[in-house]
Amino acid sequence: MAAEEGKVDPMKQFQIEPIFGQNWEPFGGFNIAFTNSALWMAVTVVLLWVFVYGGMKRELVPGRWQMAVETMTGFIDDMLAANIGTAGRKYVPYIFSLFMFILFGNLLGLLPLGLVGLHPFTFTSHFTITGVLALMSFSIVLIVGFWKHGLGFFGLFVPHGTPAPMIPLLFVIELFSFLIRPISLALRLFVAMMAGHVLLKILATFVIDSLNAGPLLGATIGPAALILMIAISALEILVAGIQAYVFALLSSLYINDAENLH
Amino acid sequence: MEMEAAKMIGAGLAAIGAGLAALGVGNVFAKFLEGALRNPGAADSQQGRLFIGFAAAELLGLLAFLVAVILVFVA
Repeated sequence: MAAEEGKVDPMKQFQIEPIFGQNWEPFGGFNIAFTNSALWMAVTVVLLWVFVYGGMKRELVPGRWQMAVETMTGFIDDMLAANIGTAGRKYVPYIFSLFMFILFGNLLGLLPLGLVGLHPFTFTSHFTITGVLALMSFSIVLIVGFWKHGLGFFGLFVPHGTPAPMIPLLFVIELFSFLIRPISLALRLFVAMMAGHVLLKILATFVIDSLNAGPLLGATIGPAALILMIAISALEILVAGIQAYVFALLSSLYINDAENLH
Repeated sequence: MEMEAAKMIGAGLAAIGAGLAALGVGNVFAKFLEGALRNPGAADSQQGRLFIGFAAAELLGLLAFLVAVILVFVA
């Protein structure tokens, strides 16, 4: 990148920095300093806990808060019932946590806290974090699949009615498409969040640079970029919801494969 | 050609992929809407499949973005 004077680097927002002290190596060689990424994950967990705890009142006529929480749990419950069936109920806690964690993380990263000097960090824009989430889903698929079906789980890679000569070829193809799942799952969330934040930062650069470039450009490009930025922010809120939903939906579909084979 | 210039041109060309994925995502929603307007009763039950199609089409566009990012920042 040609970093000239006064140019805003759109990738700087993804930088991971330790916040309380640079190094903390209790196990020797492994720096596990508390970073801004960890801080925002902790903030997400606390907010999520407050949100769910406030709604766990079990009143017969739910208030607004309880209604909000029950809508979310009901939404996940319906999704699992539709995709997995009755066996899906036991995955509600996992998929609900996954969905809410990603949703809150996405939305918290979009908060305009920069106005008061805080720098929101979208931890879902890092492959390490989405990768671990995807690996958790994938591990559940593998564990449940082999636990329930034993070696019959490999039948997942041979669809019903495959002609015998096609079986070796199809097995390899299906195996690859199965193994690529956690990567595609993690990649989708991380790239979608990163692309959106880079785009917002670039548009913000347009506004600032056009105002610095003189009255003519400041009056034409500046407001146009600002309006576009507001519109893209709205789109980003939509994307934050959709990506969390898609992650939970695909996780539940993969778990369905493990529960019911085909 | 200079290496740096070639990287930037490659990253720019990768942006074509994002545009093509836009066609794909638009196609997914257009076809869904077309079907949903013909048979609104069945539309709600197919929303999960709509998003699966959306996710599959979108992923390929995101891969194009990833290629651009790798060319600019990593390669």
